[in-house]
Amino acid sequence: MTLFSVEVRVTPRAGILDPQGKAINSALHSLEFAEVDDVRVGRLVRMRVRAGSEEEARRKVDEMCRKLLANPVTEDYEIAVGGR
Amino acid sequence: MRAAIVTFPGSNCDYDCYKALTDVIGAEAYFVWHREHDLKNPDLVILPGGFSYGDYLRAGAIARFSPIMTETIEFARAGGLVMGICNGFQVLCESHLLPGALVKNESLKFVGRSVYCRVENTETPFTSEYREGQVVKYHVAHGMGNYVADPETLDMLEADRRVVFRYCDANGNVTPEANPNGAARNIAGIINEAGNVLGLMPHPERSMEALLGSTDGVPLFDSIRRCIDERAGVGAGAA
Repeated sequence: MTLFSVEVRVTPRAGILDPQGKAINSALHSLEFAEVDDVRVGRLVRMRVRAGSEEEARRKVDEMCRKLLANPVTEDYEIAVGGR
Repeated sequence: MRAAIVTFPGSNCDYDCYKALTDVIGAEAYFVWHREHDLKNPDLVILPGGFSYGDYLRAGAIARFSPIMTETIEFARAGGLVMGICNGFQVLCESHLLPGALVKNESLKFVGRSVYCRVENTETPFTSEYREGQVVKYHVAHGMGNYVADPETLDMLEADRRVVFRYCDANGNVTPEANPNGAARNIAGIINEAGNVLGLMPHPERSMEALLGSTDGVPLFDSIRRCIDERAGVGAGAA
């Protein structure tokens, strides 16, 4: 068993309105960052996972995402597995 | 009628439901703590409003894995009547008993005020005592009531008449101004395919007494009682 550091990035799915992103977008415009567009706000979940292989860690975390960490109706997720 | 009111850590409308059911409707109601495994043979399960688990992760996401939800899902799948109000609606979506999801209000603000809703379908166990198209005054109190689903799901809900309540103005016109949270197609409440699970963002349990500004929630609870009585074979032909 190896301990893997895993990061899950959960983001609002394209096409789903992201009110937080919109508010931050307009706040950045008020700060005169006119070059900013299309701000989206997500969530970063960092964890340590015990698994026999990187592949197994990824598979486990993918299951966690589908069951709990992300809502498939509104969110996408990406998993990054690092060594430890 | 026996109603089980599920209490999660952070539920705060459980007593409102209890009072509505017992004092106003004259039904039997009791609380079931989320860690319990037994619903105690109810006719109706209510998932009340509040902020279960502090809305951590997503509203309703963690409550959905409470032990009592296993029983609630089984009860629903067997045809039992389940109503999720506000946070309860969020829990029903997270549990996949209802399609779609509830995300942050378009305004990003918590909205707590009276709204008007149009009753879109009276052929449900929850709305038979309303008139088709009746405009009701309910209260909303939520930060995440913005109903979203993909266009195919929305079209399916419309085609199957599963949109039960829609935000409207006092005259029943469905307008963007009457929409308190940005919900797709002004959707305030939907029902599952089998017609026994209702989720809605407004709080009918707060519209039970004239003193509190509206009694428009009473027919909803009366509808439920009528359905339960009919299922039990009592009251047929009675007023």
